This record gives sequence, structure tokens and C-alpha cells, in this order.
Amino acid sequence: MNVTFEATRELARRTVSDVRHPDLDPYTLDAIWVLYDRVLRVDPQRLRDPARDRFLLSKGHGPSAYYAVLAAKGFIPAAWLDTIAHLESPLGSHPDATLVPGVEISSGSLGHGLPLGVGVALGLRATGFHDARVFVLVGDAELDEGSNHEAMAFAGTAGLSNLNVVVADNGSASLGWPGGIASRFDVHGWSSATADMTDHDALHRAFTTAHPDRPHVTVATTRP
Amino acid sequence: MFRSDPLEDDLQDTTMRDAFAARASALLDTDPRLAVVLADISTDKFRDAAAAHPHRVVNVGIREQLLVGAAGGLALAGLRPIAHTYAPFLVERAFEQIKLDFEHQGTSGILVSVGASYDWAEGSFTHFSPRDVALFDTLPGWRVVVPGHAAEVPRLLDEAVRSDEGVYMRLSLRCNPAPHHTSGGGLTVLREGRNATVVAVGPVLDNVLAATSGFDVTVAYTNTPRPFDEHGLRQLAAGTGDTVVVVEPYLEGTSAWLVSRALADRPHRLLSIGVGREELRRYGTADEHERLHGLDPNGIRHRVRDFLDPITASR
Repeated sequence: MNVTFEATRELARRTVSDVRHPDLDPYTLDAIWVLYDRVLRVDPQRLRDPARDRFLLSKGHGPSAYYAVLAAKGFIPAAWLDTIAHLESPLGSHPDATLVPGVEISSGSLGHGLPLGVGVALGLRATGFHDARVFVLVGDAELDEGSNHEAMAFAGTAGLSNLNVVVADNGSASLGWPGGIASRFDVHGWSSATADMTDHDALHRAFTTAHPDRPHVTVATTRP
Repeated sequence: MFRSDPLEDDLQDTTMRDAFAARASALLDTDPRLAVVLADISTDKFRDAAAAHPHRVVNVGIREQLLVGAAGGLALAGLRPIAHTYAPFLVERAFEQIKLDFEHQGTSGILVSVGASYDWAEGSFTHFSPRDVALFDTLPGWRVVVPGHAAEVPRLLDEAVRSDEGVYMRLSLRCNPAPHHTSGGGLTVLREGRNATVVAVGPVLDNVLAATSGFDVTVAYTNTPRPFDEHGLRQLAAGTGDTVVVVEPYLEGTSAWLVSRALADRPHRLLSIGVGREELRRYGTADEHERLHGLDPNGIRHRVRDFLDPITASR
């Protein structure tokens, strides 16, 4: 299956009447689409390839977009999208890695993806897969979870250059982030970039910014 | 006077923690799949291993959520992670991480705790974790090992590393004077009798043996309370009138549901002895806390005696 971004957006719309987090999917979709279309080295025919890149969806608002991209890229049948949230469906409001091909982590509870991503990045480094990268998509409100800050501090100090974080920043954090989200990563030694969430070329540039000795965060902004 | 290191015991040449660190370090040399994640506890004992394997011995600092989350990520990357720190920080503080970052991912790892129920008595309730095994009972499929002696640790760790299941290893400064190796984690009979089957878990064994001296009871030992040897208990209980006592070094009654399940088809009696539910709000020593919880030989003896002879006890 080889479809366009616009067609993928239509795929995502097939799910939104049934899932709990439909309203923010259009913004998340841009980031996940650019990653799968232009950045990630993943192949639905080699799901367990140890050298593959890993995409970890951590934010809770995003499964419709994620499933749509997985369908667009041939990881799951598009017909699954019409069954979402049904009892027998492998697709729910939060993805289950044991049920959905291509999904790297089961997620939904906020603040788990980035610590898991740190572990995966450590594991790839320990096992010699130095070219494999980890991308974790989190929300700006999700950054409230303290587990993220444990992970941010450690990853920066450890120089986990194979770790990448994408923050979908729609200004939903209740208390906000004075000084900007990127500054929170900067103080821990991360590389950082910002991009408009709807500008795919800008997202691509931000995602592929060279960061040879440190982890990298892209703050993808949108204001609905 | 405060102890200089609450995880050390001057009376033990080798503590369970020493044995764990030494064996884990050796396994790191031979098993490229193994990784150890620390949170500032026991880092001195892994200094050489960290130098030899800098990418597989990782200290994340005092960050217990990350400790478990990163271990879960290592498992996702195909490694066999060991995460290690104080029991309350490892299990209670990071319990959702254990639930979601291992079980929900369909992966597993090895969690090794120190501190147990009241090892550092002067440290108080913040460093106690008598409820840890009960928490693991809410998770399916985890093996729980509770060594009774440092010499039991290497074999249990070897088995944990070879396995693909989740393993919780509960280390303590409380210990028996000699090790007892069990076959496959099953109940091992150390004394035979007719009036009750007394199951002793890990480091309470010595107290149980002393407490039941002169009683006509079977004493069986295990250092692997999960999975509980229900088949072995059924066999032993059948020879003791289906009267059972379980003595555990953690929350009293933790294993009661398994005894009930094992003997569901037979009328039976059960006495559960363990750490009380109430917070004592006392300092002192581990020996003193053991006595306050009735886990010293005298406390166990009185409760077993009253249980076996309720008519006499009620007079």
C-alpha cells in the first residue's frame, strides 16, 4: 500500500467516531507521517529486524493517526481501521504492541514512553546497533509527568545520541512551560530544534538535524 | 549509634547483596544479553563490572521510575535486564512501571531488592517494604524468590537469568545460619510430624525450626514462594490433618489465597504468620522489629501452639 498524506488523513478519519482522542489526531498525524514517510528505517516485512529504527508513541492522543500511518505503510490492513475499539479488534484507544504489527510499545498511560525509549536506546548501544535510532513522540502536557524529567536528565548526561524525542506542543499543559519546552531539554545537554507541526519539510529538517554526541528533541508546535 | 551502612552487617562475611553483586558481575562477563540498571544503590559493588561493561551496567541516579522504565526498554531491545535498589523504591514507588513497562509490553526482567521488611529498622517505614510480595501477586506470572542465606543467591540468580519470565528477588540482611537449596523451588521437608505442615519462607526458617522444636509438626522450606508449590503442599498437608501454618518474612497472609486454592476441595485450617499490617512507628533494630511482629522464635512458638491446641489456649 502506497498512499499520500491526504489519503492517510482519510484513513485516520475512518477511526475517529469510535476512539476517545479524535480531536488532536490531525496534528499528531503530520509528525507520525513525516517520520514514517521520510525518516524511519522500518519495513513491515522485517518487523523484528534488530537494526530497525524504533518509533514509540507515548502521548495518549494519537492512536488514530498512528493506526492510519501503519495502514498507509503496510503494517496493518486498512480494514482494521473500521473495527477500531470493537471487542475483537486489535485496535483500541491506546495501542497494544502485542496485538498490532509494527507497534513498538503498548502505551496510553503518560510518562512511560520516554523512559522506555531510554532503555531501548541503551540496549541498541549495548548490542552494537549503532545506526538504529529511537524516536519517542510525547505531548507537551505529558511532559508534566516527572518520569520524563528523570529520563531527560539521564539521557542528556549519558549522551544517548540515538535517542530522539518529538514533543507535539499544542499548548495543552495546564501550567505551561515558561522559557519554552526546548529549554528544559537544553539544560540537560540535548540538541533541540523547533518546527511548525504542519510544515512537513520543516519537520523533516528538525527530525534529521545532526546530533552526533547527544540526544535530540524536536518541538513541533501547533495552536489549534 | 547509627550504622555507617544500613545495608551491611558486621556479623556476615558475605551478605545476600554481596553474593548478588558478585554473581551478577560474573554473569555479565559471560552473558552478553545481561544488563544491570542501578539507582545509586550498590554502585560500589558493581564498580569493576561497570568498568568492564560500561554499556551494560548503567547507573541512572536516584530515579526509580527511570530505573524500571529503562530496564523495560532494555528488555524491548532484547536484553535481560536486572534492576536493583531498595524494595520500597523498586516495587512500591515504581509499581505502575513494573505493570506497564514489563507486563503490558509482553516482556520480562529481573528485579532485585534489598531492605526487605525492616532490615534498616532505624531507617523507619520509608525503607520498609513488607507489602512487596503481595503486590507481585497482582501481576500474573512473576517468579518470586526469597533467599534464606547468601549462598542460595547464586543459583537463584543463575536460574533467573536463564529464564525468560519475570523474577523478583527479595534480598535481606535477615538470614538463616546455613543455606538450603530447594529442588525447582518446591517445598523441601526438613522435619516430619503429624499435627501440622509448617511452611517457612526464606530467612524465617531458623526461627521456625527453633519455634517448633518439640512440636509434632512437619517443617518445609522454600525460597521460591511464587509460584507456590501447591502440589507439594497438598501432599504434605494430607499427612498432617490438612492443618497448615505459613510463616513469611513479609506481609502476614500474603500466601493465604494460594493455600486456600491448593486445599479448596478439602476442609482445612490455616494459620498465617508474617509482618503485621500496622506501621509500628518504632526505630531500634531488625531483631526488635522481628520480635514486635511475632516473628521471633518465641512469638512463632506461642502462635503455633495456640493454633494447634485452641482449647488449651482459650483457658
